[in-house]
Amino acid sequence: MTAADPDPFAGYEQGPYFCELQAGRAGDCGTIAAVRGRIAEIGLAALRERAAAAETDLINLGVTFTVYSQASAIDRILPFDCVPRIITAPEWRTLESGVKQRVAALNAFLYDIYHDRKILRDGVIPAELVLGNANYRPEMEGFAVPFGTYVHICGIDIVRDEAGGFRVLEDNARTPSGVSYVVENRHLMYRAFPDLMAGMRLRPVDDYGRRLRAALTEIAPESVPDPQVVLLSPGIYNSAYFEHVFLAREMGVPLVEGADLFVEDDRVFMRTIAGRWPVHSIYRRIGDDFLDPTVFRPDSLLGVPGLVGAWRRGNVALANAVGTGVADDKAIYAYMPRIIRYYLDQDPILPNVETHICREPNGLAYTLDRLDQLVVKPVGESGGYGITIGPRASRAELEAARAALLADPANWISQPVIGLSVAPTLVDDGLRPRHLDLRPFAVTGRETWVLPGGLTRVAMREGSLVVNSSQGGGSKDTWVLDTEPEAHDVAPALTGGASP
Amino acid sequence: MSTQTPLLARYAEGLFWMARYMERVENIARLIDVTQGFEMPSQAAESWYALIRINADEEGFADRGYERDAASVKRFYLTDADNPTSVPAAIAAARLNARTLRPVISTEMWMQLNMLHRELLHIPPASLSGDQLSRLCARIKQGVQEHTGITEGTFFRDEGWFFYQLGRSIERADQTTRLLDIQYHLLVPYGPEERRVTEMTQWGGVLRAAAGHHAFRRVAPPGFSPADVVRFLLTDTSFPRSVLLCVSQIEWQIATLRSRYGLRGTVPALERIEELRAALAARSVEAVVEAGLHQFLDALQSDFILLASEIGTAFFRDWRPLAQTQEQTQT
Repeated sequence: MTAADPDPFAGYEQGPYFCELQAGRAGDCGTIAAVRGRIAEIGLAALRERAAAAETDLINLGVTFTVYSQASAIDRILPFDCVPRIITAPEWRTLESGVKQRVAALNAFLYDIYHDRKILRDGVIPAELVLGNANYRPEMEGFAVPFGTYVHICGIDIVRDEAGGFRVLEDNARTPSGVSYVVENRHLMYRAFPDLMAGMRLRPVDDYGRRLRAALTEIAPESVPDPQVVLLSPGIYNSAYFEHVFLAREMGVPLVEGADLFVEDDRVFMRTIAGRWPVHSIYRRIGDDFLDPTVFRPDSLLGVPGLVGAWRRGNVALANAVGTGVADDKAIYAYMPRIIRYYLDQDPILPNVETHICREPNGLAYTLDRLDQLVVKPVGESGGYGITIGPRASRAELEAARAALLADPANWISQPVIGLSVAPTLVDDGLRPRHLDLRPFAVTGRETWVLPGGLTRVAMREGSLVVNSSQGGGSKDTWVLDTEPEAHDVAPALTGGASP
Repeated sequence: MSTQTPLLARYAEGLFWMARYMERVENIARLIDVTQGFEMPSQAAESWYALIRINADEEGFADRGYERDAASVKRFYLTDADNPTSVPAAIAAARLNARTLRPVISTEMWMQLNMLHRELLHIPPASLSGDQLSRLCARIKQGVQEHTGITEGTFFRDEGWFFYQLGRSIERADQTTRLLDIQYHLLVPYGPEERRVTEMTQWGGVLRAAAGHHAFRRVAPPGFSPADVVRFLLTDTSFPRSVLLCVSQIEWQIATLRSRYGLRGTVPALERIEELRAALAARSVEAVVEAGLHQFLDALQSDFILLASEIGTAFFRDWRPLAQTQEQTQT
């Protein structure tokens, strides 16, 4: 830091929000202050230089997602911010147990609604909300999945309010994406900021592929001693194709497309140079609708005819199971605290954001009265589309939202505006507060494992609360401090120890 | 370790084609380089148009509205991404294959190809003229050679590596026949003695383009003739770009896929290779030249097309039942 290169934190004001780089909170034993000190030492000019080099690195490596417009396909990187987001050990314990609890409740709920429907009979959730849901799959009724696990890969979007409390914003129980960035961001930090990373005791993130493969092996048909796992992708034109490549490589399994697979006698095979080869467990990154044209959309070329039949016969495992979309629906989300209590007899470790259900007259009236104060969301959309943020909306936008609500109340929920936490983020003016969220990833076979940290998405625009990559959001490396007495810096070895 | 999962047919096909397209990129640069060396003041347009002929691109060239002049031919091959036989098109096709192959190729292979693709997609017009053209060709060759070196040093040696090598060997053999063919298409409007000298200069250019000039000198008889150059490029057993050496490589690659990996369906391809070998050995080069080198090279090129299709039938074809209708077939 010199006169020519002033303190990069100069002019940083966190405002009324919780700051994720605030030192001295529970579980911080000086690490956060050290990180701030190191960033100041690197200085703004070097930060910019290295951030630019890091982004070039991502382009060259092809760590990209693809944006399609009418005429062209552009490979974009997820903008990367070099200031890490830090989670302390006790904070992570809360998050980890809260995520596990939530996954357990989601799975119990899915088993129940596709079997006994006790929760509906007990009147905890309106039956039509489940049975009339577009993502409810009658094909799943009465079908048992191994270990009762429907949601093998779950990404739960969590925010922090002004007081620093964690709140769940959304459950993603279909095919949540973003985990590849968690791992790539960490690698990038080690390459570009060795001086920032030196000696930091962080929970490692590169165990994800091994854990995922283990879960996919666990759920394969029991009779197969050495199951063949594959990742089923829609192919290179899918915007998350890089992530599919990443996961296939990290697991060491083939990345297949629908046309690489075929079903014969209710068994799944892939087409190899040596002819057919049996497949036993599939991590599918294709939505239910496109999975099997003989069961769902008949016009789908992405799927595999007969796949669902083979699955129902127990000859192949599918992750996630078909029909999980009913559980991560925004309308069901409102009931999650009750769902957790109903199945687990526990209070939610991670509370929801207060949610008003517009299909209910009270919820609708409440929402219409306070449209200018609430966030109104369609229940079926993802990616931040269709949202109206009351306090930021124009009069015309509010009127449009009102009309949409009145036309189809059941399609909407509303929530208070949460002042999402902020973290210093490198922008043109220097380090400035930007809002962010967190998506931890949970992998479940027999049991649930949560990748330490998760994807931190950051809204790069000043004041923006929308962090989605499709809306210009970026990402940060997410550190979980490993400052417990029994710290373990490295992932457990796969084979015997290397002691001399 | 458990039983190794055999390679997906789609990956094998992708590797085969990625290698072919990369080899093609390098050879376009070699052809341009040699043509530049041949350019005769009064015959510039004809010299350059010969390139169009040996690549059988007459139709595509005319359809795209080009004039028969030097600048047009250079643009057609070096900057026209819409011409499927251009450098930008070939590198784009290689990258598209590489993209589907990312689960099996090394990160370093992907990264280099990705960067080379960006570079070659935007060749500035100024690079096509004067001394810059030769530097551009050198840069293109070097880019592909970097790819080759990274592949050698990082690509896992399972069946996929053999399919990659097969694609490379077939394309290289085919391209050597085209390099040889240049000579046939050039008019040499001089008297007998001048003609002999000019011809030898031109053959020297062909050898240089094939990176074989010095190797040829080591094995050539004193007072060598054009037939010796042809013999060298067609049948030398040590020169990496000779047709015969490529054919031997192809044979070994297919035989290894058969013996080491137990792959079936190789018989038609192996028989085709025997025919190619026989054709190369049947007559003296002098007799071939006498009967017409162009016709001979044409026949070899047809055989390579058939060979590629037999490899496709044996290993790739049935992976995607809709391949034919989806216009996914690569050429």
